[in-house]
Amino acid sequence: MTTETSTWTTKKGLAQMLKGGVIMDVVTPDQARIAEEAGAVAVMALERVPADIRAAGGVARMSDPTMIEGIMNAVTIPVMAKARIGHFVEAQVLEALGVDYIDESEVLTPADEANHIDKHAFKVPFVCGARDLGEALRRISEGAAMIRTKGEAGTGNIVEAVRHIRAVHAGIRRLVSLREDELFVAAKELAAPLELVRGIARDGKLPVVNFVAGGIATPADAALAMQLGAEGVFVGSGIFKSEDPARTANAIVQATTHFDDPKVIAEVSKALGAPMRGIALEAIPEAERLAVRGW
Amino acid sequence: MKIGVLAVQGDFAEHLDTLETIGVEGVDVRRPEQVAGLSGLILPGGESTTMRRLIDRWGLRDPILELAAHGAPIFGTCAGMIVLSREIAGGEAPILPLLDVTVARNAFGRQLESFEADLQVPVLGDQSVHGVFIRAPIVERTGPDVDVLARLDDGRVVAVRQRNILATAFHPELAGETRFHRLVAAMASEHEDPGEGSGRRPYPTRRSRLGR
Repeated sequence: MTTETSTWTTKKGLAQMLKGGVIMDVVTPDQARIAEEAGAVAVMALERVPADIRAAGGVARMSDPTMIEGIMNAVTIPVMAKARIGHFVEAQVLEALGVDYIDESEVLTPADEANHIDKHAFKVPFVCGARDLGEALRRISEGAAMIRTKGEAGTGNIVEAVRHIRAVHAGIRRLVSLREDELFVAAKELAAPLELVRGIARDGKLPVVNFVAGGIATPADAALAMQLGAEGVFVGSGIFKSEDPARTANAIVQATTHFDDPKVIAEVSKALGAPMRGIALEAIPEAERLAVRGW
Repeated sequence: MKIGVLAVQGDFAEHLDTLETIGVEGVDVRRPEQVAGLSGLILPGGESTTMRRLIDRWGLRDPILELAAHGAPIFGTCAGMIVLSREIAGGEAPILPLLDVTVARNAFGRQLESFEADLQVPVLGDQSVHGVFIRAPIVERTGPDVDVLARLDDGRVVAVRQRNILATAFHPELAGETRFHRLVAAMASEHEDPGEGSGRRPYPTRRSRLGR
């Protein structure tokens, strides 16, 4: 029997197992256990949630390996961790630690303003952010086995997440409507490989799983993302910046499963306490917006 | 015939696609009232801890146990196998204890140890099955009524059947493998129409001629 590890099928397959689920940002083993208990399908181990990264300013880097290992030892669900855009050595370190997925993330300060990580070179799978279809396809061509639309992390404001998931799906619908001989120009306009563009036109969907991230703070936010075509959600600051994290986490899990059942969403939204306060997008200067990082 | 796929979390869409490929109607199941009237049920891959939470919260446990008690086939892949096990190594409480086995979760390690391998599954014929194992569980113990359907080269058990309950540690739904779903469909038609044999009926049967 020949066995092969870390194939494209197993890399994107893990993301397929996470579908319909909620991936939660956690900064301590205790938070990781709360997330697992609430029904998270995976946790993102990081030193500070995006809202605190935003408040602290400075350079945001990969988390301390001790802290990531502490979280890996605390839970049985998959553990993800973030590397800076283009920082392939941070990614090598995370792979050596044995994390289950690496997020090449705009939430951290980019390390390279031209190149993303060559993700084909790694055995561990990667998830990457995207604002539209072209960006998603560029990341997939670099080896991303999962996509998440970016939203605007750490704001508790869903508006950017809605813009990005709509943009991805509008891009897909447009490709499906084109003639075969129009796909060459479409690929040029999207700045994406022709083969991937042809695949979208044929299948009507991305070749990898697509989650929504960046600004989800309530069960209704999660259900909105799902109804707009997300296959699952990342919730960062929205859980552990809320008044009652365990209840909020569980309510978002329930709303993600029953995203098309308003009665259930109403039921789980009752008496949750205050969500994270949130920031209006206009209040964030252009230079401090995270979603524009990545190219 | 309608086969349900538990759709609280996981790769249920891939199972529904596989059912469509073989021409069987599949329906997603999120609430207890959707279990009634099913001819069989598939528990997909995903995270078993999350499925446990959602099965409990929405009262899906009793209707599924009842469906199984009536003899309808239940098929679990990966997390679905864990959900069906009577014992989970490490002491976690069982979820739907329908299979007399002990499973170990994440038995091969973390994601870097996920793998693909070709397996012999005699009950499905000579052609090997391409197994996709993702943070997969393993069957550590099988009870006396459990048939082993497939092993790895080192002898570890990765597919089992106990009467109407079927489970694999790998994902046929990710490998374009339809034979497990065909087997489930055949078991479901036997369950629905036990007097008529295997469900492969090229000619109208006596009962259908009577306008049943």
